[in-house]
Amino acid sequence: MDAQNTSVIAADRLVKRYKGVAAVDGISFSLAPGTVTGLLGGNGAGKTTTIAMIMGLVTPTSGTVTVLGAQMPRDRYRVLHRMNFESPYVDMPMRLTVRQNLSVFAQLYAVRDIGRRIASLAADLDLTEFLDRPTGKLSAGQKTRVSLAKSLLNKPEVLLLDEPTASLDPDTADWVRSRLEQYCKERGATVLLASHNMAEVERLCERVIIMKKGRIEDDDTPERLLARYGRETLEEVFLDVARGRRQREAAQ
Amino acid sequence: MIDADTGMNFSANRVAAMVRRYWYLLRSSWPRILDLIYWPTVQMLMWGFLQLYISQNAGFFAQAGGVFIGSVLLWDILFRGQLGFSISFLEEMYARNLGNIMMSPLRPTEFLLALMIMSIVRLSIGMVPVSLLAIAFFGFNLWTLGLALAAFFANLILTSWSVGIFVAGLLLRNGLGAESMAWTIMFLFLPLTCVYYPVSVLPHWLQYFAWALPPTYVFEGMRALVIDHAFRADLMLEAFMFNIVLFAAASLAFLKLLESARLHGSLLQTAE
Repeated sequence: MDAQNTSVIAADRLVKRYKGVAAVDGISFSLAPGTVTGLLGGNGAGKTTTIAMIMGLVTPTSGTVTVLGAQMPRDRYRVLHRMNFESPYVDMPMRLTVRQNLSVFAQLYAVRDIGRRIASLAADLDLTEFLDRPTGKLSAGQKTRVSLAKSLLNKPEVLLLDEPTASLDPDTADWVRSRLEQYCKERGATVLLASHNMAEVERLCERVIIMKKGRIEDDDTPERLLARYGRETLEEVFLDVARGRRQREAAQ
Repeated sequence: MIDADTGMNFSANRVAAMVRRYWYLLRSSWPRILDLIYWPTVQMLMWGFLQLYISQNAGFFAQAGGVFIGSVLLWDILFRGQLGFSISFLEEMYARNLGNIMMSPLRPTEFLLALMIMSIVRLSIGMVPVSLLAIAFFGFNLWTLGLALAAFFANLILTSWSVGIFVAGLLLRNGLGAESMAWTIMFLFLPLTCVYYPVSVLPHWLQYFAWALPPTYVFEGMRALVIDHAFRADLMLEAFMFNIVLFAAASLAFLKLLESARLHGSLLQTAE
């Protein structure tokens, strides 16, 4: 069996060009079921475009990406109900209350017993007291928790997270990470997490893919990356990759 | 293999979810509701009083009472129908919610159907009170047109949806940079569909364009009904046939623009 058949997400020589410029330049990777993988890279490295192609929002210029066996975006409606995502690039409608927003999305995802599911998520994510408040009146941290609740409504097997703790204070960010850890453990979900927060990646991810200029620069477990670069933290590894230290060393 | 964009496996439940979402928004904001009633009322009053003035000074208009008010009310069905559709769509872009929706299992056909339902809801909120005001102020009762009104309405709302669907495609492809199209595109129909005057007024060559637009048949039909007291079923049938072509073309354009938006990454960047 090939990787596309056994993996939950499989990218094969994936390319996305905008007006001749490669945002993603021939990347290949596959994610095994129940794994949490970090997607690291500086601004413009191609993380968001990669995630958008996985979600079916962007059509690849060439190459393929499959999710749960469905080629994206062509066959996306076979699998979208089994996926979900959270991103700082989208918001929930501000005038609707948290409950209204969650119930609309629950209905879109054909969630059964919507009231109970929302109550359960609200309890898990400490949102119960905000349920009947307009979403726009919440703080940034509360809004992130609402977005997270939306992304977990359908108990997704595949969860795509694009900087889930961006703009959160350290305490709230830590709290969100705990909830994500708990969800992954309970549900066995496959998670792809794009983040600039190295501590977050170190804590949550068993595998790290580092991107630079649309290409995969490295791909390994956090432990092996640290050993290979001779560094103490992923942040140092990230800086080495971003500044091309390994390439320079190889050239010398 | 199923082509995802054709919208297989239709779900009324998802359509209902989207209608609920827009209804929540509408009822949470009184300026949005006021906006639905305010402008049609102003239009109806202005044209109504103008017609009243002219009818007191010209024999033809004395016989053809209600032509202007009828025109205004029918034009508003066309214009407000499209606007109701497009505004609901724009609300998703203003709210930066389009990514959530496009990533959900909601099919394009379901999304469009929800927008169509909302255009009728918004239109009803605006037009029902205005039609009652027309009775109170000018004695013009749109509802007495009965079956003819149903035929006029069906044809006008179909055209408004076609234009709304096309504009939604433009917005998906070009982001909020194409927003002005949502507000102004229907005004292209105003002179060409002969809302306030008969088609015969147009230069001969322009009449071909006019007769290619379904609303032209409706406005001619309305004048025939009010002035000659004759319901022109033939005009309504022709309008309906042109509407089918227009609706199919708009739906195809929408799917092509959606495909193009995915290709150009426009669904990620819906700002201007």
